[in-house]
Amino acid sequence: MTVIEARGLRKTFGTTIALDGINLRVEEGRILGLIGPNGAGKSTALNAILGLTPYHGELKVLGRDPWTERDQLMCDVCFIADVAVLPRWMRVWQALDYVAGVHPRFDRAKAEGFLAKTDIRRASKIRELSKGMVTQLHLALVMAIDARLLVLDEPTLGLDILYRKQFYDSLLNDYFDRSRTIVVTTHQVEDVQHVLTDLMFINRGRIVLDCSMEEFESRYVEVTVNPEKVVAARALKPIHERQVLGRGILLFDLKLSHVDRQQLAGLGEVRTPGIADLFVAVMGNQAGEAQGVAQ
Amino acid sequence: MNSPSNAGPESPLNSPTGAPAPIAETRPLYWSVRRELWENRSIYIAPLATAAVYLFGYLISLLWVPYSMRAMAALHSAPPLIVLAMPYSHAGMLTTVIAFIVGIFYSLDALYGERRDRTILFWKSLPVSDGTTVLSKAIIPLVVLPLLVFAITVPLQFIMRVLSMAGALISGGSAAAIWRQLPLFEMQVVLLYGLIVLALWHAPIYAWLILVSGYARRAPFLWAVLPPIAIGVFEKLALNTSHFGLLMQDRFFGFSAAAFDLTDKNGVPIDAHFIPLAQLAPGRFLSSPGLWIGLIVAAVLLLAAVRLRRYQGPI
Repeated sequence: MTVIEARGLRKTFGTTIALDGINLRVEEGRILGLIGPNGAGKSTALNAILGLTPYHGELKVLGRDPWTERDQLMCDVCFIADVAVLPRWMRVWQALDYVAGVHPRFDRAKAEGFLAKTDIRRASKIRELSKGMVTQLHLALVMAIDARLLVLDEPTLGLDILYRKQFYDSLLNDYFDRSRTIVVTTHQVEDVQHVLTDLMFINRGRIVLDCSMEEFESRYVEVTVNPEKVVAARALKPIHERQVLGRGILLFDLKLSHVDRQQLAGLGEVRTPGIADLFVAVMGNQAGEAQGVAQ
Repeated sequence: MNSPSNAGPESPLNSPTGAPAPIAETRPLYWSVRRELWENRSIYIAPLATAAVYLFGYLISLLWVPYSMRAMAALHSAPPLIVLAMPYSHAGMLTTVIAFIVGIFYSLDALYGERRDRTILFWKSLPVSDGTTVLSKAIIPLVVLPLLVFAITVPLQFIMRVLSMAGALISGGSAAAIWRQLPLFEMQVVLLYGLIVLALWHAPIYAWLILVSGYARRAPFLWAVLPPIAIGVFEKLALNTSHFGLLMQDRFFGFSAAAFDLTDKNGVPIDAHFIPLAQLAPGRFLSSPGLWIGLIVAAVLLLAAVRLRRYQGPI
């Protein structure tokens, strides 16, 4: 079943176009990574999905119109914006009480179970917790809610690598199953590469790449080219080239280049690129096209 | 403080179907009000502290009672009712004024603070409608604060009476006379009536402040205060009238004329320190246009605040 469906989703702030007619379809059981540079429109898209901002175009989340039905929608949708939003004056037990009080799908025992694995004390004020602990608390609250869609907007911003790893491990092990759907935006793409099932690049309010991770792995190939074969490799039209320690690393889109893996394997060492590298390649080409400069 | 929560939330979760158990309409409202009290502890600390300070002052003043009683006894056979009632009536007035001030500042921050500290994103991520949120914030000055004033003043007056009776016994006076002469129950009924009147009469003031708190991106106090002043000044300059100013004055102080008979049968003004039950005019209050116009204005302002909150995010 379709969890999010958007057609011609548009949003402008004055003369700035934040979303330029986006079409989007997210099926149940997917983990979609929405990747884009700052100001690309990621947060605006998420805000529209969450009913936090009005928009033009068609948008249905779990069959509801988020703008007019936010409160009902939030029974089935959870949201972590970034670590700053939990009220700093609140005590941990108050947060538990409050969410238990207003949310029909909150399992308090489950949340307490998650918290028991952390160093968070129930009497602490949120302002007394470290940034990592606040995220742990928010995650414990959210994972105890039997929701169908979880929206994460830069959930691990400012956290050290241990907390970040733990965050995604908990999500995958203790929360995610095929009946849930997660949409995540982040700049720390290496953290989510093995978490995602789907990948979407967004730039200047438009979707510039939309593929599943299987497709990503079969379609994009990165080759560390042996120096003597660089000229031959360039002839195969890579979408991006960069130099690392004096060796050329070329990125190929097998769909565009009409080459196969065998051919590329002959040029050097072949592997699946990181999302970050593909992102740089796609965004770089975009920028180049926009300025009319051949890359 | 969290005892009721332990009983409540479990029940809907254990529903075997996994479908959301129907949540009572009032539950999010109840928890939203609780949350306001957690966040804004001045709502109950300020009136409580006022009562404590007042009680302490009263205790000190009792040390002088033997002298003043003797002086009074020399003049009258018994102290006049007003003199007896005055400290009790002052206790009620003081907590009411403090609660009014708390209510003003609370309302000015109601929809402003959550945008300033970005927590609006958290509140909006939960299934609580904007209407419930705004209503829970309006309930604080309109219901919670008046009830608190009453709940604090009644025991305060009771303790004061016990202390003054003890003082009378020690100084050789008649404790029974104080018990008999002081119509405390009647005063408390009048206090309750007065608090209800005040909340209803001031409703548009609080509603205006809540609306401004949802609108202003900074300095909500100035947004709340400057436009009415500007209108008043403009009217005075342009038309040389002060209808708007009088309207404002009536909104703040007009409740007493609307809800009480402030002169007795003979046309003698009543001392506000002791208003007998017979001087209450609920019928006139309920039929005064000022009340209903005020309530309609308050409802419109609050509906505008609900609508506004939908569009608002962090600032």
